Amino acid sequence: MSFDVPDERRYLESHEWALETDGVVRVGISDFAQDELGDVVFVELPDEGDDLEQETEFGVVESIKAVSDLYAPVGGEVVAINDDLFDAPELVNEDPFGEGWMLEIEADDPDELEALLTAEEYEDQIA
Amino acid sequence: MPLQTPPLRGIHDERGAKFTEFGGWDMPVEFDSIQTEHAAVREDVGIFDVSHMGQIHVTGPDATELMQRLTSNDVSRLGVGDSQYAAITDEDGTVIDDTVVYRLPDEGETPQDSHGDGDADGEPTYLFVPNAGTDEATHERWLSYRNEWDLEATVDNRTDEYAMFAVQGPNAVDLVASVTEDPVGDLERFEARYATIDGVDCWTARTGYTGEDGFELIVPWADAAEIWTALDCQPCGLGARDTLRIEAGLLLSGQDFDPEDNPRTPYEAGIGFTVALETEFVGRDALAAVDAVGVDERLVGFQLIDRGVPRHGYDITTTESRVIGTVTSGTMSPTLEKPIGLGYVPVEYAEPGTTLQVVVRGQSKKARVETTPFIDTV
Repeated sequence: MSFDVPDERRYLESHEWALETDGVVRVGISDFAQDELGDVVFVELPDEGDDLEQETEFGVVESIKAVSDLYAPVGGEVVAINDDLFDAPELVNEDPFGEGWMLEIEADDPDELEALLTAEEYEDQIA
Repeated sequence: MPLQTPPLRGIHDERGAKFTEFGGWDMPVEFDSIQTEHAAVREDVGIFDVSHMGQIHVTGPDATELMQRLTSNDVSRLGVGDSQYAAITDEDGTVIDDTVVYRLPDEGETPQDSHGDGDADGEPTYLFVPNAGTDEATHERWLSYRNEWDLEATVDNRTDEYAMFAVQGPNAVDLVASVTEDPVGDLERFEARYATIDGVDCWTARTGYTGEDGFELIVPWADAAEIWTALDCQPCGLGARDTLRIEAGLLLSGQDFDPEDNPRTPYEAGIGFTVALETEFVGRDALAAVDAVGVDERLVGFQLIDRGVPRHGYDITTTESRVIGTVTSGTMSPTLEKPIGLGYVPVEYAEPGTTLQVVVRGQSKKARVETTPFIDTV
């Protein structure tokens, strides 16, 4: 089985991806992670305005068979959450890098992303 | 300890299954997705490899007495080709395991003799199906009581000789009937007979663990691949098996009751209908005493009203947050698209409609007691 690992993103070992645009970092979970979890049925996200630190827990994703904590790839303020996931958590399975995104963080220090895995490194991890 | 592997491990792997350890066996948990597999069983037909289930074979002049004295139901009511759900209880009435007891054709008859209803003129013979990983202890239990009571019966653990498949769903009967040389559609619920598929005699029982119509087939390990292939439909893993049985309000041994971690009588577990107090069996006197005074706690079904998913081990509380019980099973119901679960609560909180709370990761979520099964079942 092969999984999408888009090049332009950074990854955590815990399978979150991060995509930065002008200091705002969009976050979701990888194709590999959604496949491991199976049917996602519930996503718990922080509130807009919450402050997160890098690699701390920001929420939970639950599939029928498993519960998995979610970790912030970068520190900063939550400026948007994807509330479509509350009614349609299956978007995480269907489009993990697109409509299944989870939140956006205004990064305190976008350089923090440099510490994360590159696509190539992440691909090695899940191989 | 190395995991036991079902005979079709390789075939499932090629089909792309994910595997999980269950009761000491390496079993397929998911082939496509739990929701896809679950929906196939509710709307069409799906097949499960449940070869991890134990198979214990009991025969001899005293086989009926041995079965009667070690299971809670009335084995004397079983004619050849009948089966019944029963609890295996300890002296104190605690459920050790639950099982289905099948009465096979009498020993000495060939399967061919008994493709009809069979005549009970030889040694009575039973096959029962303890849960995954309990077959050895169960086999020991049967042998030790047989010896203690000095009964004439042969008890064989045939778990490694038989594969078991469950074909379940509204179209299951048509599918199985289309590949068997013998009729099977006339069998009623809990009736069984040998039916031949590609020349292989398969013990074909109208039983299941999904709430749907269908069959469970017990087939020789060596012919398992042939039979699995002949019964061509959506393969389903243990993941969907779990969501289906929770919707149907059916118990999982070791989870909804456990002799060590959560000892329960059949009455508490909601399977009092398996207890035939007019028979003599281990645990009977203790259960008669419980029956006389009633139970303090009972297994109930509930639905979460707030968002969240109940899971095994979560606390159940009153609306004032006093802990009164524990979730034993829970899931997001694929059919209802609601979070549902099972758990034990004091009987005063067991009435359908009662409002409770379930503590999900430190947060109290509103829940309501529901009647089970959660869905319409056969």
